Amino acid sequence: MTFDKEYFNIGYLDRLSYRDTVIHRLDSRAKVIATTIFIITVISYPKYEVISLVPFFIFPVLLITLSDTPFKFVLKKILVVSPFAVFIGIFNPLFDTRTVTLAHNALISAGWISLLSIMMKFALTISAAILLVATTSFPGVCNALQRLGIPAPFTSQLFFLYRYIFVLMEEAMRIVRARDLRSFGNRGTGIKVFARLIGILLVRTFERAERIYEAMLSRGFGGNMPSMRQFRFTISDAVFVFLTMAFFFALRFYNITEMIGRLIQGITV
Amino acid sequence: MSHHLVVFDSVFFCYPDGTEAIKGVSFRITHGESVGIVGANGAGKSTLLMHMNGYLIPMKGSVIIGDLYLDKKTRQEIRKKVGVVFQNPDDQLFMPTVFDDVAFGPLNLGMSEEKVRERVDEVLKTVGCLSLKDKPPHHLSAGQKSAVAIASVIAMRPDILVMDEPASNLDPRSRRQLINLLREFEHTKVIASHDLDMILDVCKRCIVIKEGRVVADGPADRILSDRVQLEENNLELPLSLQRL
Amino acid sequence: MHMADALLSPAVGATFWAGTLATIAYCSKKLKENLDEKSIPLMGVLGAFIFAAQMINFTIPATGSSGHLGGGMILAIILGPHAAFLVMASVLTVQSLFFADGGLLALGCNIWNLGIYPCFIAYPLIYKPLTRNNPGNGRILFASLLSSGIGLQMGAFSVVIETLLSGKSELPFGTFLLLMQPIHLGIGIVEGIVTAGVIGYVRTVRPELFESVPSSRPLAAGISPKNVLVTFVILAAITGGALSWFASTFPDGLEWSIEKVYGKAELPEKDGIVSVLKRVQEKIAFLPDYAFKKSENEIKQEGAAPSWPGVDMGTSLSGILGALIVIGVIMIIGVGIRAVRRNKS
Repeated sequence: MTFDKEYFNIGYLDRLSYRDTVIHRLDSRAKVIATTIFIITVISYPKYEVISLVPFFIFPVLLITLSDTPFKFVLKKILVVSPFAVFIGIFNPLFDTRTVTLAHNALISAGWISLLSIMMKFALTISAAILLVATTSFPGVCNALQRLGIPAPFTSQLFFLYRYIFVLMEEAMRIVRARDLRSFGNRGTGIKVFARLIGILLVRTFERAERIYEAMLSRGFGGNMPSMRQFRFTISDAVFVFLTMAFFFALRFYNITEMIGRLIQGITV
Repeated sequence: MSHHLVVFDSVFFCYPDGTEAIKGVSFRITHGESVGIVGANGAGKSTLLMHMNGYLIPMKGSVIIGDLYLDKKTRQEIRKKVGVVFQNPDDQLFMPTVFDDVAFGPLNLGMSEEKVRERVDEVLKTVGCLSLKDKPPHHLSAGQKSAVAIASVIAMRPDILVMDEPASNLDPRSRRQLINLLREFEHTKVIASHDLDMILDVCKRCIVIKEGRVVADGPADRILSDRVQLEENNLELPLSLQRL
Repeated sequence: MHMADALLSPAVGATFWAGTLATIAYCSKKLKENLDEKSIPLMGVLGAFIFAAQMINFTIPATGSSGHLGGGMILAIILGPHAAFLVMASVLTVQSLFFADGGLLALGCNIWNLGIYPCFIAYPLIYKPLTRNNPGNGRILFASLLSSGIGLQMGAFSVVIETLLSGKSELPFGTFLLLMQPIHLGIGIVEGIVTAGVIGYVRTVRPELFESVPSSRPLAAGISPKNVLVTFVILAAITGGALSWFASTFPDGLEWSIEKVYGKAELPEKDGIVSVLKRVQEKIAFLPDYAFKKSENEIKQEGAAPSWPGVDMGTSLSGILGALIVIGVIMIIGVGIRAVRRNKS
């Protein structure tokens, strides 16, 4: 992906996160907790599990629709995201060639089933992570982390990082554009020029840090980042956490998909 | 009202690399005055401003803010009196949301959370940005950023407002809004800028700095109409005076 | 190189999260103790710098493919290990949230793999000793090549270990290792060259930066190699202990799985509502026995090792049928809500 594309992608996700919907209004802690439980539940399924994972898609689908997040955007993110899981998972069909009877005479190698399971888990966990930001905003997530006990030096680092990501990405983008305008083919995009660019960016970063420090001092900064409680954990947040937890655990311990299947079979047979 | 006083008495400052940025600057700004500081690039304007809130400490001479001599011990106290608005609002606004940013100063002053909330609403209303309260700074336009930067400084209720190029990067309309805003403030104001029209609009007095020295100090309309002196300092007549 | 949620088991994910969180807490405490308040904004902006720098591509010589910066070493050299680790952790956190790189459970592993090794091993044990006493550019290049290379090798090795411990991948240890280590040797060399280039450039342009930054002060950088090693042995012991505890308590990595419940439940072949209800009942009745079953598993660990689901024809068919229906229902819910909301607005 090109620099510009990535930059605008993040910007888009960031903008999504500042809208006002039912989901956005939930307390950030509630969403962080629910997402964590969701991911752990999904991951806790053994490697050949496919069928029982299906109902879990209700979680991202509900979040997407209730928060008005464009479905295509989430889908694209999942497709684009780090290919590592696919890269590793693709070896499963090669190494695990035991066959399983799927139905009547349809045979399938177990490796394909575990690959499918990995892909489903991948889609579920990645969409959960994206939706967490898209419905909470990054400062919201950080606030939640802070109030869930993550040490302040780390959360204030996250706040600062978030604040300056966009500023520095713009700065980097200007530098990259200047490079690309004057380099042709692979010339000028090599490692030497790259190190120099990074060096320039780094020096500018130092200078910026100086100016920010100055601005902080002039507003009474004395070594501690002040913070304020801004959100309240309401009953609806508690209900949300409770319901999602109950739902995930129900799914985890009862194979609802199969039950429905049996139910239908029972009716039709 | 002597406590709103700014006095520079033959201030001298030299950077570690040997650049003599200020070579004996003296002036006295009294309560409620609005003073423009102009001069060529590298004349020493920014260095001068950095002395006003104690980011730099003079090597020779003295700076008096209110009734305090500036030194390492008093600079914390002086920072409460002097609010500095920096040139680049991206450096000034370092918190993740507008609210957090405006609240940063008051919280550092030890105000209660209740009071901080009131204060934030109040100053955001003053600069006309109340609706932006929960936005992150990178979603704001340049004009909004500079308005919020000013809000974050006046939230500390400083006696003296110091600004470094407040109108750079603003489109004409945002600039006009900023000027109107500044004219409403009754603080003692010190504004360094190349935007001479703005100085003319906002400031009654003007100080010209050249190579670290004060070369002119007087009523803004007189100094800013002196074409010869302005051009000696890489400046030119304000547009509004050129037409006459 | 980013570890992914989908390849992890909860036990491995949680263990590495625990290690990562402990390190974050430790570094935060260290920073609070000898804080240079100037470094608060510096760390923040440097994090953004790494983030932005990682988005810039460059052409890798002789291959034509493009690479990008990891940044762990640059951070460690500028900030010292503790601050660098926090910055690296924050960069990876933002990446996992905005790019969904790997996912949230895997974030613990990723911070560990890309943060711990450069900050607490490669920098203090390799780079620092090699670059004492105002080194020349050649020395810096050598030191950063070696430290980046080793740091990345350890990171890659961690990925292999994490994946294998989780047991979701079928890749044999050796094959996996052969796949990961050479790739990361290449990445490490590139990283080393870039690190040396950047550090060299900044040293010539703004030498004073390296005098004022925390890493040059004794306190922040004053980690003795011995302490680091001791800490590591302890951490490794804890990690290993925790892992083996998990492994013995839950034979297939916390997957206290339904298929085990199946196995015992001896699914009735008869279909129909009655049997479904009966199974529900069986399961509800089954859960109280669970603790007992666990200890039984502990005794005969062997038997529980292969997590092969009870795939018989009946279950898989109804499973697929059920899945189709669930997918249908989810789609209807999604489309329905969207339609209702659109009508409202």
